[in-house]
Amino acid sequence: MLRNRRSELLAAFVLILPFVVIYGWMFVYPTIQMVRLSFTDAPLIGEGKYVGFKNYVRMFKDPVFRKAVWNTAYFVALTVVPGTAVALLIALMVSRLKGWLQSVILAAFFLPYILPVTVVYVIWDWMTNVQFGMLQGAIEWVAGRPVNVWRTIPWFMPGVAVITIWWTNGFSILLFLAGLRNIPAELYEAAQLDGATRWQMFTRVTWPLIWPVTVLCLTIQLILQLKIFDQVYLFAVGGRTQATMVLVQYIYEQAFQKNAGGYSATIALALFVIVVTFSVLQFQILRIRGQR
Amino acid sequence: MSETRSTQHRRLDAGGVLLTLLTLIAAAVWFFPVYWAMATSVRYDDQTVKDFALLPQDPTFTNFLFNIQTSRLPYWYLNSTIVAVSVTVIVVFMSACTGYAISQLRFPGRKALWWMILASFMVPISALIVNHFIIIAGVQLLNTHAGIVLPMLIAPVTVIVYKQFFDGLPKEFREAAVMDGATEFQLLFRLFLPMNWGVTTALAIITFIGAWNSFLWPFLAAQDEKMMTVTVGIAAVQDAFGVFYGRLLSGAVLASLPVALAYLLFQRRVTQAITLSAGIKG
Repeated sequence: MLRNRRSELLAAFVLILPFVVIYGWMFVYPTIQMVRLSFTDAPLIGEGKYVGFKNYVRMFKDPVFRKAVWNTAYFVALTVVPGTAVALLIALMVSRLKGWLQSVILAAFFLPYILPVTVVYVIWDWMTNVQFGMLQGAIEWVAGRPVNVWRTIPWFMPGVAVITIWWTNGFSILLFLAGLRNIPAELYEAAQLDGATRWQMFTRVTWPLIWPVTVLCLTIQLILQLKIFDQVYLFAVGGRTQATMVLVQYIYEQAFQKNAGGYSATIALALFVIVVTFSVLQFQILRIRGQR
Repeated sequence: MSETRSTQHRRLDAGGVLLTLLTLIAAAVWFFPVYWAMATSVRYDDQTVKDFALLPQDPTFTNFLFNIQTSRLPYWYLNSTIVAVSVTVIVVFMSACTGYAISQLRFPGRKALWWMILASFMVPISALIVNHFIIIAGVQLLNTHAGIVLPMLIAPVTVIVYKQFFDGLPKEFREAAVMDGATEFQLLFRLFLPMNWGVTTALAIITFIGAWNSFLWPFLAAQDEKMMTVTVGIAAVQDAFGVFYGRLLSGAVLASLPVALAYLLFQRRVTQAITLSAGIKG
């Protein structure tokens, strides 16, 4: 028995060893370093000296940081709820279809999700090109003139938001589809016997039963979109980066372009706190719901 | 009575047909940008800005040839393949081992390990990029495959999926095998993993797609053009290509080919992986 116990311990040790080494090295250590760095004036590479809360004071007074927080929040507002609503709508439409038609239509909606971000960028840069873009006709119709979407501040964030919804919605669509499949068909049959209309079926049967999936999609999207960088960075290259700055981009700029490792760690910690706060909130909300 | 019912039926059917039609149109609109990129990629350069026909008049593969012969695309392909395959193999193997240990074995620190995994699940890894850069630069691994791969190995979701999957398997299997004198490694690799390769394939495909597509870290870690991955490289040549949209878009089509194929071949597994990884949140 004692032998057994010892062999179990040994096996566990060997099995978790690679994981523990990598997590220690790539997750625990960098997290501690990030906190430590935020109290120094270190450059990107090399040691700095301890400066207390100087970076934090600077951050709260920094207009670009405020702009980055505002832009990130604006982007989240433009993507999370609208994106989830669009995903639900698409899932409802796709779930009505059957067989191969459903697979083909689902693929059409899902494929953008698996594209690399640069491909998404190249495609949409081409679609919206101010001279030759496919979409300039529509843009001209709305704005009354051709618009260079990525060089026009009021158009920039909404533009990136539309593309992000187009790009990342496949994930939510699949979750909603899975949720819709779990609704027993008998409920609809019963509703139909009672003479319910399509709309009544949706509001009385589908909506209450799909609500947990909706909460899930919203929280996944929220935490994902708070970390936006790639699209904004790519579309803003050569443009006015300060005006379209988001949090991860500011971390990147301070560290890699301004060589301010300490200050960028402070901003990273701010992002860290924001995302963890939302994660914990989500956890609590789901737990409360689970207890009911 | 029968008459009203049949008219009602007909009305419902008409609504159904209309909805299906709307769905088809919406799908076509949604997919159009992807189609348009593919269509542009087979047009001659002087036609990309003139020929707006839905079907390219005179399709050509010169853009693809140009990309393969004169750009660094072949290097980038090789780098992406090495990185994505290494990440996939290591993540899946490591996660299966760790998930098994946490689910089936009792050892000190088990709870702490589980909490760390859950914590890393909530932490935005993009906040750690600066420190990752410092670490990787410190061990002289910038512009190497190992340097690109290392920070991408943080994959709490796969560990959690494995742990929950192993938790759900009946205890009798394990007990019977232990009676027969199987070691823990035999248990994991001969019994627990083979019992459902589906989960492993699903996680592997989704990890591969994620690794192939990742942008921010490879963009920081590989600044030498020869070491870039496809996803990063396409962004790097963007300005050099200028208005040569045919070349640019054929590069984009090539860059997404492996992930598109992975999805089309394993549609059901991709769907399964997404519902599995979301299931842990709910």
